[in-house]
Amino acid sequence: MTTAATRRGSSARHRPNVLAGVGGFVWLAIIIIPIYYIVITSVRPQAGFFSSNQLIPAADSNLDQYALVLQSDFFLYLANSVIITVISVVVTVLVCIMAAYAIVRSNTRFVRATFGLFLLGLAIPLQATIIPLFYMLSKAGLYDTLAALILPSIAFAIPLTVLILANFIRDIPKELFESMKVDGTSNWRMLFSLVIPLSRPAIVTVGLYNALGVWNGFLFPLILTQSPDKRVLPLSLWTFQGQFSVNVPAVLAAVVLSTLPVFVLYVFGRRQLVSGMTAGFSK
Amino acid sequence: MTTNREAGVTRKTRHAGPSGWMAAPALAFFIVFAILPLLVALYLSFTNWDAISDPVWVGFDNWPKVLGDPVTITALLLSLKIIVFSWVVQTPISLLLGVFTAGRQRYRAILAAIFFLPLILSSAAIAIAFKAILDPNFGLGASLGLPFLNQDWLGDQNLILYVVVFIIAWQFVPFHTLIYQGGVRQIPASLYEAAEIDGANRWQQFWSITLPQLRYTIVTSSTLMVVGSLTYFDVIFVLTAGVPGSGIRILPIDMYITGFSANQMGQASVIAIMLCVIGLVLALGLTKFSGFTKMTSQQEGL
Repeated sequence: MTTAATRRGSSARHRPNVLAGVGGFVWLAIIIIPIYYIVITSVRPQAGFFSSNQLIPAADSNLDQYALVLQSDFFLYLANSVIITVISVVVTVLVCIMAAYAIVRSNTRFVRATFGLFLLGLAIPLQATIIPLFYMLSKAGLYDTLAALILPSIAFAIPLTVLILANFIRDIPKELFESMKVDGTSNWRMLFSLVIPLSRPAIVTVGLYNALGVWNGFLFPLILTQSPDKRVLPLSLWTFQGQFSVNVPAVLAAVVLSTLPVFVLYVFGRRQLVSGMTAGFSK
Repeated sequence: MTTNREAGVTRKTRHAGPSGWMAAPALAFFIVFAILPLLVALYLSFTNWDAISDPVWVGFDNWPKVLGDPVTITALLLSLKIIVFSWVVQTPISLLLGVFTAGRQRYRAILAAIFFLPLILSSAAIAIAFKAILDPNFGLGASLGLPFLNQDWLGDQNLILYVVVFIIAWQFVPFHTLIYQGGVRQIPASLYEAAEIDGANRWQQFWSITLPQLRYTIVTSSTLMVVGSLTYFDVIFVLTAGVPGSGIRILPIDMYITGFSANQMGQASVIAIMLCVIGLVLALGLTKFSGFTKMTSQQEGL
């Protein structure tokens, strides 16, 4: 028995665990029913959407509400979301890969203090800074601009991004750095020809993770922007809710549309996205 | 620029490590937009500021006003309640789902892909969806005609707290499941093999291998969960906006209302500092308490 068990890994875990399976499917129902409801309701005609059993798709399902959302400046909000997400992520990854490289490869007091500050920064609640940020950005004339969303988004993405990248760069064999040094390669060249290429998986991971955070951010846009032409998608959902009011299918169509780009990312890059979420914590 | 320990190495090679200045851009961003705001919040807490004219220095006026205000105390207690309830609900579910999804069975991999879906939804989307589902007149409960589902979930003071805890769990259990999944997958298979040789059943293996091995994962997840629940804002804000007299004025919501609705930015800054201090104390306390000061592997030597 013992040899068989060892050879097959663990026999106990190969016997189906019925209880776990049942629990798994209960949780599946909890997760899937609201999502199913969102999708099914978003294609329901507005008229009489309430009168029937809402879990059964309507016979006359259509995309009318999607058309309505798309005509309601949706593409403007989409563009704003894309702009702040792309700029925030690119700048974050760039400054963080430099910082992580310095943290791993140099041991000055300045660098160690910087890393210590970043670690402490993991515990700073974003919400606590919203009033002073509002004050500072107003003073700087940046209130109600996309920059007002980008700058703090970068700052708050830095601690975790540096931590994840530093953990990754630490695993690059020292010999690679040493041999390049012997060849007279400068530190900057090493960053671009050694560190960045070898850290690609980690860069993709933190890039996706940060993109998700900026894309879905609600508090910064709520406080730091005001005019409709600076509105980003999550905030637009909130204003759609006021605008469409009882037209629940339209509100939920907006929810689906705002999630669609991330859903595509999820379908194609789930592994990286998912590993990024825990990269800083589960090591 | 190098320490004594490294001096010997660097002298031999042509270059020292990269200049510390490479860390400067990240540091600058972080100081200006994350650290400086904390100091500015402290300054604003000593002023009266209506968000339009300039702040007026009032010294310590705001502090006793806010700390002695029953509204603040109620908000603080409500925040603690949310933290405790969220932890009690989310930790067991996440841990079990983490173990579940760490299994290599095909059906579990498929379920996991669906379990993680809430991760990609924004808080605003989640809140709006649940607001629609829970609507007493137009929601799912009303449409199905099931009385126990058809309640005034968001308007009833006694219900809304549990509704919020449920929605927070719906949103964040996937994230913590992910953390636990990672933790479980790092447990060496040899431990289970040894336990099986000793004849331990699945239940015994869970209690004497999985759970102890997940100790640090539990600390990490709990810390994130506790600090996260303290500063929870988005879903509650969207969910309860327009629901008059809703009972979910936790600290961040209290801060928002004080600052942006009542235009008492000075007093709101006091709450901001409170949030920050409580958050730091909880985070550092939890990690210190559990001897988990470094983000390092707990399996050295295995």
